Amino acid sequence: MNGAKIFDSIKNIEIIIHDHKEEIEKLDQEIGDGDHIFNILRGLEEILKLKDILIEESPEFIFKQLGMKIMTTVGGSSGALFATLLLGMSKKYDPAHSDLNNISQMFNEGVQSMKIRGKADIGEKTMLDVLIPVSKSLIDNSNETNISKVAEKISFVAKQGMLSTKDIIATKGRASFLGDRAKGHIDPGARSSQLAIEAIANQFIIS
Amino acid sequence: MKKFVNKVDEILSESLTGFGNAHSDIIKVNLSPDYISRKLKPTNDKVSLISGGGSGHEPLHGGFVGHGMLDAACPGQVFSAPTPDQMEAASNEVFNGKGILFIVKNYSGDIMNFEMGADMISHDNKTIIVNDDVAVEDSTFTTGRRGVAGTMIVEKTVGSLAETGASLGECKVFGDHVNNMTGSMGVAFSSCTVPAAGKPTFELSGDEMEFGVGIHGEPGRKREKIKSANELTKEIIDTILEDLKPEKNQEVLLHVNGFGGTPLMELYLLFNSAQKLLENCNIKVSRSIVGNYTTSLEMAGGSFTITKLDQNITTHWDSKVHTSALRWKM
Repeated sequence: MNGAKIFDSIKNIEIIIHDHKEEIEKLDQEIGDGDHIFNILRGLEEILKLKDILIEESPEFIFKQLGMKIMTTVGGSSGALFATLLLGMSKKYDPAHSDLNNISQMFNEGVQSMKIRGKADIGEKTMLDVLIPVSKSLIDNSNETNISKVAEKISFVAKQGMLSTKDIIATKGRASFLGDRAKGHIDPGARSSQLAIEAIANQFIIS
Repeated sequence: MKKFVNKVDEILSESLTGFGNAHSDIIKVNLSPDYISRKLKPTNDKVSLISGGGSGHEPLHGGFVGHGMLDAACPGQVFSAPTPDQMEAASNEVFNGKGILFIVKNYSGDIMNFEMGADMISHDNKTIIVNDDVAVEDSTFTTGRRGVAGTMIVEKTVGSLAETGASLGECKVFGDHVNNMTGSMGVAFSSCTVPAAGKPTFELSGDEMEFGVGIHGEPGRKREKIKSANELTKEIIDTILEDLKPEKNQEVLLHVNGFGGTPLMELYLLFNSAQKLLENCNIKVSRSIVGNYTTSLEMAGGSFTITKLDQNITTHWDSKVHTSALRWKM
């Protein structure tokens, strides 16, 4: 893991989110207030600007700076939560570990921090319905040697988690104000999170 | 989209700059991080009140910065919670010896960002969560009720108490009390357009209304055909009273709030409908305020807010205030 690889992943996330801009915006307008996609894109744009400054730094330092940047530029729920994810991830990097081991530990720490910050858990129609299963799958497979296989698995798990939000009645976030009316709609935060996971997984899937 | 705009990305900073210059006798605006604070810091030790939230609800909250109300307000992007560094910078600017009281509307994003801001400051601080919207049922399984137009009443009354030199704990208890005595509910006749989105947040056909709408154009509980003003006022007031359960002869503050796209003439008509209804229920409207205070950009529609008054709340509602949006007795 190094700066170049981290920023490649972020660029890939930005491309995939941009390609699905209208879809995410529509999902948010159905059950939220429509700000999610703009917050996400603004955040990605801001952190990509840091590439030249940070590319030579350690992963630990990069994740911390990315978290601070998201925290101070994005706002809304997604700003607070993705900042918390990145700051959490920055705490668990160990240069002695394999990349997969590092990613598993870092991502797990980040997702745990998000659960605390958002006072939310799986099954509440949020991005955590994607991120928690992905984190579990990474931990379960952290000693796997076939990276492509792990990437395929987490891509699948993320998609299942995203689709599961369709039939949940929201109890957290703005969709919760809708009660039954949000049923049948995929959570926009879950969709954008799943796309981000897919973008990273695709880098490692050898077909 | 038809809006007064130069560059969509610069709407907020241009608007804040204009706001700062237009009201330079009362407030000053800091950009990056964005916050609005009083022009003159109070000379006496007092609890400092800081509120904030997404922009697009003007005059909430920046319009309520000044003597008798807020010490600072942190505006986020349109309908998005502000970021923690704004709350940190505002706290450091306005701290006045007695702690910081954050007033936050009950939305996940606002709560999380204010919590992170509170973690970043060394001053004593407490937070009042405003959740006056009775359109959304409260239960342990939900994020709970939304904070809407009742926020202004909390800011006015707690702001007044803070001016007396009351402690942080006293201000917090009083703010929670005012919030508990307050209930609101709104109805929208049209959607609003977030500038970055460029198109309306939702579609309503010509004869429909969104009942129990939120202040971000987020859908309410049901969509119905438009009714007469008296009929829809009755439905809303009944829902609020069911929640507040006022005693017979209870005195109340009645606030009719416009969402930005409804003429004052209609808001006063609504006030008339609601006052008659309340009087028929033996509830006395002894304080009133009508106008666009908690808006949703250009959304047409409005909300009713009722606060049950006691001696304390009445005193702190009546006391002098000098902000750009509310000003009396000075």
